[in-house]
Amino acid sequence: MRQLVVLSGKGGTGKTTVAAALAHLAAQEGPIVIADADVDAPNLGLLLQPEIVEQVPFFGGKKASINAELCTACGRCEEVCRYAAVAQRDGTFCIDSTACEGCASCFYQCPAQAIEMRECQSGEWFRSKTRFGPFLHARLIPGEENSGKLVSVLRQQALLEAHESEADWIIVDGAPGIGCPVIAAVTGVDLALLVSEPTVSGLHDLERALQVAEHFRVPATVCLNKSDLSPKLAEEILAFCARRHVPVLAQLLYDEVVPKAMRRGCAVTELGENAVAEEIKLLWLALCDHVKAR
Amino acid sequence: MRIVVASGKGGTGKTLVAVSLALMAGEMGDCALLDADVEAPNAALFLKPAFDERVIVERLVPVVDASRCDHCGRCAEVCQYHALAVVPGKVLVFKELCHGCGSCALECPTQAIREVPQPIGLVESGRAGSIVFAQGTLDIGEAMATPVIRALKRHAARARWDRARFMILDAPPGTACPVIESLRGADVALLVTEPTPFGLHDLKLAVEVARDVLRLPVGVVINKDGADDPGVDEYCRAARLPVLFRIPLRRDIAAAYAVGTPLVQAFAEYRQPFLALLDNLGKLAQRRPA
Repeated sequence: MRQLVVLSGKGGTGKTTVAAALAHLAAQEGPIVIADADVDAPNLGLLLQPEIVEQVPFFGGKKASINAELCTACGRCEEVCRYAAVAQRDGTFCIDSTACEGCASCFYQCPAQAIEMRECQSGEWFRSKTRFGPFLHARLIPGEENSGKLVSVLRQQALLEAHESEADWIIVDGAPGIGCPVIAAVTGVDLALLVSEPTVSGLHDLERALQVAEHFRVPATVCLNKSDLSPKLAEEILAFCARRHVPVLAQLLYDEVVPKAMRRGCAVTELGENAVAEEIKLLWLALCDHVKAR
Repeated sequence: MRIVVASGKGGTGKTLVAVSLALMAGEMGDCALLDADVEAPNAALFLKPAFDERVIVERLVPVVDASRCDHCGRCAEVCQYHALAVVPGKVLVFKELCHGCGSCALECPTQAIREVPQPIGLVESGRAGSIVFAQGTLDIGEAMATPVIRALKRHAARARWDRARFMILDAPPGTACPVIESLRGADVALLVTEPTPFGLHDLKLAVEVARDVLRLPVGVVINKDGADDPGVDEYCRAARLPVLFRIPLRRDIAAAYAVGTPLVQAFAEYRQPFLALLDNLGKLAQRRPA
């Protein structure tokens, strides 16, 4: 069993489009498991049309709350809080739950024991059936933290599912950026596919995503999407990849078929013959070869 | 006026909008632009600022003085992030899990814990033409973007940029804690979306954060407009969100963006609409819900 994560650094380069198409192709060859690790803004489900089998609340941590009856308004909680989560309103203290990181410093320091730490639901995760195989996905309640922890839960569940179904692949659609949800998605996978685009931002963020993969010792490959957008930047990205010895496994042209697939709610490879689909088929073969060669 | 440009989905054009908005605001009066997308900061690629100040962002992590520690286990007990573990004869510190809350140091009965700064990123500031500019950058391998965003905002406040006529902040994508930190303290949120099912899905999440959780006035920009997909427009109408500006899906616009040319510099006809957008954001900010 192999784990592939699709990442990009910059958002909107086509991670989810590529991940869905790869899942479609991989599923034709054997059992696979799919996970959407972009729990902030999960879009893969819009293409996979999941049928939810199990729904589990996710408790990412606790948050402080002040019992006004016990509070003596001494201000110690405000003093020790490093997240500016304690606010004073008309002489009474209260917690801004969007700022509270649940460190419990105030809970331990309050001399009146007026602070309670309450378990807080920060999202939920789902086990679903799709036409490509089992799908693990989640929803973070907007504004909540611990997206990295939620991604770790999804990864664990995907592993269990993969062992049970003797899957050949786990395909993980990652989040943009390089922070906690990305780190949780990239650690321990066999291969990362970085989807980039020929723009100054695409190049800049590809470099950062590559550094993250290298930092966690995950071999990286690149797919250059919308490669005809700017010949100059496309060339710069290819040169960058050559310098860093990162194989560019595919170059996809900009094509209206991609938003069309999105509107249909399917993978681009399911839309009959088209240039993007053909190129992604070659990408899939190249990924398989790459993994075998290692 | 503090304007935060956010989006939910990545790659919808936050930076494209923030940069041109800042350039036009800079022509009208004093303007500061903050790039708070610290995981993937890109505004500088368009503005090419000259930085004259670089500050390393640090967070505090515990160090245990072995000569004072009696392995009582209190630090591990109070740490909510499992960043400390007491094993026979030793305390292990997992720095990458630490949130720097300082609780372990406060609670240690033998005062064996000292907090030391650990670099996690960088804040750089300077000028780009008539605007002042600062960006945060998270170090590779660091998980937490929020402290860098906080440091960036503190830097701006210290320099009194928040009192500038316009302070524009380019937020990260998503809906989690770094987005909240970026939006906190804004007068108005400008959400950039695209007319696709992905754009619509994530716009709804961004509205939940900006309007429902943080109670900010919200305006919408539809980028890459023109596709035959009425979903975003229908949603904005039903949710009573003003669509303040549309940027068409045009190859020449994408090509200018690709090489790092700001929209209002590549296409002079966009100067006026961005001025109107600033004006409308001002009106929207007045209508801040209670």
